[in-house]
Amino acid sequence: MTFDTAFMLSTLPAFFQAVGVTLQVGLIAIATSLLVAVINATILVFRTPYLWRLVKGYVELARNTPLLIQLFFIYFALPTLGVKVSGFAAAIITMTFMGGAYLTEVLRAGVEAVPRAQLESGRSIGLSEGQLLRHVILPQAGILSLPALFANFIFLLKETTVVSAVAVPEILYTTKNYIALYYKTYEMLAVLTLLCVLLFLPLSLLLRYVERRLQHGQFGS
Amino acid sequence: MASSAPELLLISLPQLAAGAAQTLAISALGIVFATLGGVLYGVLAAVGNRLLNLLLQVYLELFRAIPVLVWLYLVFFGLPIFFSISIPSFWCAVLVLGLWGASEVGEVVRGALQSLPRGQREAGLSIGLASWQLYGYVLLPQALKRMTPPTINIYTRIIKTSSLAVLIGVVEVIKAGQQIIERTYESVLIYGALFLFFFFVCYPLSAASRALERRWAHA
Repeated sequence: MTFDTAFMLSTLPAFFQAVGVTLQVGLIAIATSLLVAVINATILVFRTPYLWRLVKGYVELARNTPLLIQLFFIYFALPTLGVKVSGFAAAIITMTFMGGAYLTEVLRAGVEAVPRAQLESGRSIGLSEGQLLRHVILPQAGILSLPALFANFIFLLKETTVVSAVAVPEILYTTKNYIALYYKTYEMLAVLTLLCVLLFLPLSLLLRYVERRLQHGQFGS
Repeated sequence: MASSAPELLLISLPQLAAGAAQTLAISALGIVFATLGGVLYGVLAAVGNRLLNLLLQVYLELFRAIPVLVWLYLVFFGLPIFFSISIPSFWCAVLVLGLWGASEVGEVVRGALQSLPRGQREAGLSIGLASWQLYGYVLLPQALKRMTPPTINIYTRIIKTSSLAVLIGVVEVIKAGQQIIERTYESVLIYGALFLFFFFVCYPLSAASRALERRWAHA
């Protein structure tokens, strides 16, 4: 078995672009998911009438179904109802639908993890609800949910490989494309593996480091 | 085309059911291997051998850094080329789900074992238990309450992730649905049904995990 290194090098520009697409889909999805999650978590924390139940239902539906089905529904089923979306748009919509639900749970858990005594002592020194939220709850909830938020960001970034199924030209789609065109299977699999390790391994190690640091920070509180 | 939606659903039901059986089979086998492998991983990690821990660390990081779908392609295309082994796509999916699940369950088991008070291990050793007795009778039963809720959550992730098997050509529930759509063009109905199928399998498990976590929170 010999590696066609010249061929591997010739595909580098294409893979460079593919990494760009992976990051683009991932980062946009993370941003939109976070936006959805902040709105939803606020509704959950304040128990806004009616909306609260709606958010709960959405979170359960999105968290208990596979991304691939959600993606196929948006990409293949919606057009028959007259809503046509591109692969890229379907990818962003689906990942926001799923990611928004995961991040909502993370933020809600973060707020709930703030000890009740913090709320009570805040009220007892006469803080208004808004001040309580801004100066007491959010700073602590933010720190508490940071590792889980970060873990979910990495998860979303890795999930972008699934949107290769609707022809978004990210790293996996590009790999499959080259395999289909030139039969350079092992060269392309090697490139794909290398890219995954380069992209995701440092993030995963950084997450482990952050988790350890913040665990130490919690001692004594 | 079938005349009405309910009628269509009724006549495509056997085909969908056959696909669903495949999906559930992949998931169930993946869950069994993930659990067995995960307990083995957790116990080996808790033993605390340096070299062993390094190997487990590499295994864990490889499965965390490389997405499951990429693993599916690596095994599906890679095994025949690198090792001249050709296994059916069904077993590729089971293998990948099992190995990935084992790394996730393993971390849960390791964490649960490490959270037990040191005295438990020392007391067990001091009355002369062999290490399999120590784990089998003392440590694992106590860790069970801490590891069950997160492990059930991993099971739902394995079931959801089994859907990716369609992309390496396994004729499971999504493929069955797609074949029905090719015939009938009822994509909203079929994808809707698939969506609900996964929801009704996974939701009870997530709810059970949450209920157990609440009940055992003070254990």
